[in-house]
Amino acid sequence: MDKEEYQIFRVYIAEYKTLLTNKFRNRKKWTPPNKNHLLAVIPGTILEILVKEKERKKAGETLLILEAMKMANRIIMPFDGMVTKINVRVGETVAKHHLMIEVEPAKT
Amino acid sequence: MSLKEFVQELRKRKEIAQSGGGEEAIQKQMAMGKLTARQRITSILDKNSFQEYDMFVEHVARDFDMEKKTLHGDGVIIGTGTIYGAHVCIYAQDFTVAGGSLGLMHSRKICKIMDHALKMRVPLIGINDSGGARIQEGVNSLAGYGEIFYRNTMSSGVIPQISVILGPCAGGAVYSPALTDFVFVVDNISKMFITGPSVIKTVLGEDYSMEEVGGATVHCEISGNAHFFAKSEEECFEQIKNLIKYIPRNNTTKAKAIEPKKPNYPKKLDSIVPSDPKQPYDMRELIKSVTDASDFFEIMEMFAPNIIIGFGRMNGETVGFVANQPMVLAGVLDCDSSDKAARFIRFCDCFNIPIVTLEDMPGYLPGIDQEHMGVIRHGAKVLYAYCEATVPKITVIVRKAYGGGYIAMNSRHMRADFVFAWPTAEIAVMGPEGAASIVFKKEIESAVDPEAMRQSKIKEYREKFANPYVAAAKGYVDEVIEPSETRSRLLHALEVSKDKFAYRPEKKHGNEPF
Repeated sequence: MDKEEYQIFRVYIAEYKTLLTNKFRNRKKWTPPNKNHLLAVIPGTILEILVKEKERKKAGETLLILEAMKMANRIIMPFDGMVTKINVRVGETVAKHHLMIEVEPAKT
Repeated sequence: MSLKEFVQELRKRKEIAQSGGGEEAIQKQMAMGKLTARQRITSILDKNSFQEYDMFVEHVARDFDMEKKTLHGDGVIIGTGTIYGAHVCIYAQDFTVAGGSLGLMHSRKICKIMDHALKMRVPLIGINDSGGARIQEGVNSLAGYGEIFYRNTMSSGVIPQISVILGPCAGGAVYSPALTDFVFVVDNISKMFITGPSVIKTVLGEDYSMEEVGGATVHCEISGNAHFFAKSEEECFEQIKNLIKYIPRNNTTKAKAIEPKKPNYPKKLDSIVPSDPKQPYDMRELIKSVTDASDFFEIMEMFAPNIIIGFGRMNGETVGFVANQPMVLAGVLDCDSSDKAARFIRFCDCFNIPIVTLEDMPGYLPGIDQEHMGVIRHGAKVLYAYCEATVPKITVIVRKAYGGGYIAMNSRHMRADFVFAWPTAEIAVMGPEGAASIVFKKEIESAVDPEAMRQSKIKEYREKFANPYVAAAKGYVDEVIEPSETRSRLLHALEVSKDKFAYRPEKKHGNEPF
């Protein structure tokens, strides 16, 4: 850390000369969640897919089963609408935040 | 049998018990660059001071053919000894015996020495080198961990507890170190994790090395689980012995004082800090300019280096230093630096160590990632820890002390006993740039040359408010001092506070924002 150059670092409106930590540099950028994207909240394996693309589903209906932590978790439709894209296959292991299914709300 | 034969029999039995997992397992341990459990204990303790107990303990497992196996000492060595003459209790898991796995009797031995440490009120040192729970002993192993966690918790704040990770320490086992005051790790030897690489591989299909998941660097730099990083076991043992010199043996005593010495830092106090608050410097230089013999024992050097914590001595007695580091991230408070400072403040308060706070920080780190990580609740820990602490608390405001951060860093309102400020101090609700832009918004916007007006208003605000005299006029700062007076003022304040008594309302315990 001693060898690196001082950087300009903004705190509110003032700018300071300082060093940055690796942890600060590697921090993840936050993006607002897309409510049409169903992401894996826990890493696991896709056990079963109960829908097809273009299929209409009601809020609360099960779309797929994600086995994680020895539990068959039901991934449900968040609102009335249509499944637009399925990005996983049965048996696939998915990481946390993996985009499993894309949906869109029904037009009212 | 003659007495001599009885003694010979005893000696023979001891020799066998002390052989651990046997020559082959010991060779394997050495090949990994690790010392044996017994070597580790004798390296940490004063020469010939180790007294062992429970050497002949045997496991009691009866399933999976375990009854046919002999595990010497059941894979752990316990005992007492001294470090620089100070008594300590110690245990070391023996990886050469069934991978140091923790079974019922293994845990009972650890619990015995933990009970002893608490009863006799001496520090506890635990050396962890274990594959984890002994699967053959099932729920008895888990019970063993639970008993250890309970004792860690009961001992917390009564005796200093030190964990040394010298091998794997995985799953539930990591929670004992996490409950203790200081965790020591060694590069390439220490591995700590809840779920190791094999589990991550099974669940995620992702390949990581043990070092990447939970090596010494990870825990010292990223997770903050470890406090001391060493390149070798020998260096680690030196660090432990050093730490023991600074801390008391329990919460009813003070750390042993040594011969007072004058600082011998080559730089003068008034030549370290640039008067421009935007220019960085190394706050450690300032600490070394005020401590006895310019000695400073830093803790968690690699984690959240925007705040500095550690021990030094003043007039021969241990003092805990908490100091913003303008050289890294401008010395801001953030989630990690708050956690780091808060836990250290509480350690000092538990063990009668006065706290000196050196302040130079522009506030909390702005950013959505910080907000989402909970900078509110993490930052609150610093406030809580300072407010709660009843040990002598002295603050020196060196330069920037803005906003909520100024209040948090042991201000008068957190019940600082003494608040000193250098003439370069800027104690204000926010930095002059921000404040002027808000207060003089209309004037700036309506000016012919807004930028020139802004600069002139910043200058005006700085002269009027960004100084120590506004706070001093209200008595929030006790005295504005010359930089060169800092050590003598601190020494006097510490001397006056020796018999400090601070009233706190009676309660079971607070509900601090963990």
